[in-house]
Amino acid sequence: MPHDHHDHDELSPSGHPYRADQDGPLSYWQVMEIAVRELMIEKGVTTAEAVSAQIEAMDARNPAHGAAVVARAWVDPAFRARLLADGSAACAEMGFDVGPMRLIAIENTADVHNVVVCTLCSCYPRNLLGLPPDWYKSRAYRSRTVREPRKVLSEFGLELPAGVTLRVHDSTADMRYLVVPARPEGTADLSEADLAALVTRDAMIGVGVAKAP
Amino acid sequence: MSGLDGKRWHDMGGALAGPIPQDDHDFALWEKRVDALMILASGAGHFTVDGLRRALEDMGEAAFETMTYYERWVAAINQNLLEQGVYSIAELGEKMQAVQARGETYGEASNAG
Amino acid sequence: MLDKVRVRTWAPPGHVRTPSYLRGKIGEVERTLGPFGNPEQLAYGLRADPLALYRVRFRMGDVWGADAERPEDVLEAEIYAHWLEPV
Repeated sequence: MPHDHHDHDELSPSGHPYRADQDGPLSYWQVMEIAVRELMIEKGVTTAEAVSAQIEAMDARNPAHGAAVVARAWVDPAFRARLLADGSAACAEMGFDVGPMRLIAIENTADVHNVVVCTLCSCYPRNLLGLPPDWYKSRAYRSRTVREPRKVLSEFGLELPAGVTLRVHDSTADMRYLVVPARPEGTADLSEADLAALVTRDAMIGVGVAKAP
Repeated sequence: MSGLDGKRWHDMGGALAGPIPQDDHDFALWEKRVDALMILASGAGHFTVDGLRRALEDMGEAAFETMTYYERWVAAINQNLLEQGVYSIAELGEKMQAVQARGETYGEASNAG
Repeated sequence: MLDKVRVRTWAPPGHVRTPSYLRGKIGEVERTLGPFGNPEQLAYGLRADPLALYRVRFRMGDVWGADAERPEDVLEAEIYAHWLEPV
């Protein structure tokens, strides 16, 4: 099976080792995962191949996809307009299949900074950016970002000037959010690919800004 | 639930809490499989993400504090599949017992041979 | 089309997508979305009625009062039609 990682040296797509879950003592919830998966297969809900394919599809999603979308919006005003009008359609145009996810792109400007949180659970644009970081799902981030967002941003090293309006987006229902960070100064000569390298995951959540070249 | 406002534990927006934890981890294979099972079960029309969230919320705050993210997810997926009659509790009990008998590690137990 | 709206102060048990910190707060509709199936039915495996979904913009000062970090900052959230009343 392609996803049985018996080799501890094997790296995940993000370049980190998989957690050593294959050889540790079996946990109750791991037993349940195996049992649920096998019952779903036996009942015809899914197949082993579909499970593997789904994991591969999710592993392939990562912040570089979102970064490519942002860089395109920086260099192509018509694309930027389409992205802000319909985020899902604009991503599809670039070949990123975001599935049934309804994406709203929100743009940072000189006067406005956007940040995204989900206070009720941990909704995240996973079909574009991959799975969320652990902190995004934490009680602290979910609780505080709507109440003291500037303090939260400062913990990420981002001090917003007093003149900038902060827009906090609580992802409460069916929409998912992609922050389009402001294009950094001094990047007029950079290629689209070089621009994309400046766009971090945190900048697309809104807890950071794009890197300087 | 904290008094007359009817606020439930998962509804945490605005609460005070400590610093944002900055540590992160890559997901284990079994966790990725849980994630995949959710997508596949909902894709097959057995329940929606709303059903997943409802089960997670009903598990209560103790589960949030003591179980990992995907431990809670697999419990919530199972809850929905049982409710929808995809398999019975007896079938689950028998299967879990058989899985556990295969070995002492996840690698051994997940290999049905 | 709604303009100024107040979030209902209902507090039922069960699965709802209206956060309690916004209940009773007044905001303005930023855009209209949907219709989407009512999550309060979907969560229980029921046939779901289609509902409009509104992105509502609140001033932080209107949400947190004197405790607001900066009252002019804004908070936007998606609220289903039946949780809103006109002001």
